[in-house]
Amino acid sequence: MSSKIKRNVLKSMIIGVLAYMGALGVPQPAQAEYADVVINNYADAAGMRPAVFPHWFHRIRFRCKVCHADLGFAFKAGGNKITMAKIIDGKFCGACHNGEISWSVENCAMCHSGNPGTPTHFHGSTVQRLIAPAYKPLKATDTKK
Amino acid sequence: MNHKTKAISFSCAVMMAAFLWNAQSHAAEAGENAAPLMLAEVSGPNTFNLNLKKPKARNLPPAEDGIHDPENEATHSLQHPLEAYKGLPTSEFGNYVDWVKALDEGKLRPRWDRADPNDEPFVMDLDIVRPVKASVPDVVFPHRQHTEWLYCSNCHPAIFKPQRLANQISMSAILLGQKCGVCHGKVSFPIETKTCRKCHSKPKPADWQPPLSEATLKNPWK
Repeated sequence: MSSKIKRNVLKSMIIGVLAYMGALGVPQPAQAEYADVVINNYADAAGMRPAVFPHWFHRIRFRCKVCHADLGFAFKAGGNKITMAKIIDGKFCGACHNGEISWSVENCAMCHSGNPGTPTHFHGSTVQRLIAPAYKPLKATDTKK
Repeated sequence: MNHKTKAISFSCAVMMAAFLWNAQSHAAEAGENAAPLMLAEVSGPNTFNLNLKKPKARNLPPAEDGIHDPENEATHSLQHPLEAYKGLPTSEFGNYVDWVKALDEGKLRPRWDRADPNDEPFVMDLDIVRPVKASVPDVVFPHRQHTEWLYCSNCHPAIFKPQRLANQISMSAILLGQKCGVCHGKVSFPIETKTCRKCHSKPKPADWQPPLSEATLKNPWK
């Protein structure tokens, strides 16, 4: 009887150690820049990678007012329903990304560079960190590359 | 007598068997759980828990940041954040750049107008002091730093009514992304223990006493 219990305890300990080792291989959360926005309203469904908007890059060049007051971007990730048609019409991103102020829309992959399947979210936002983490982490097998 | 001991030994045996069966089934469960743990599509650990390890890496290049797809060729032609942050004052949170200080020191010259590089912002230098009920320092809201970046219509009147005592603000609303939380905690400096004092910056008066709770005031046995 007692030897059986011992064996059981040993077995569960080994399983515990294995589970711990497995947990070490669990992917870490994304380490993107604070305030990077992934916009995936329509991209995935259309077979494109989601668009990634780097706030830090644009903040160095423009104040918040330019996009959020003049161009009418709402303060909400995914809340603007941006489509390529609107951009080509010169609305939203297209106000600058028109080949005059910045590079034009033919550079698809510069914006559409997110990991497929990543939902629309603000990277590193308090709501994401504390309440509902949304990003889809890389698979454990991918991190070994 | 004999009958009683028999019954006791039988019940002991049953309990032992139940214990063993229980232990074995638990071990089997753990074994089942151990295998898919490697590939589980879970979110990362909650960084709010101070007992969990904090990420050591900061400002990673786009191809390694976990959001950009490294298999996308254009990802590798995107600028690395650290390259852009060279020479900017640092901070301990967010992008680890003190954006307001960078603007004040003239290290950044972001445009106020989309096309006109010489347009200047309409800056209003007015501090609003908001007394806080709790014992934490009172809040000072500086209009200057905000109007350097934003226009009046960004906040007024949709987010904040431009009127004294007309705005109910609480930390829970902010943490959920309302009021100050529309920007703070998303794009402007995050809400962390390191940033409390950026807003809660005016010490309480020396004779300040915490207000008595309603339960105390209405206590009939006082």
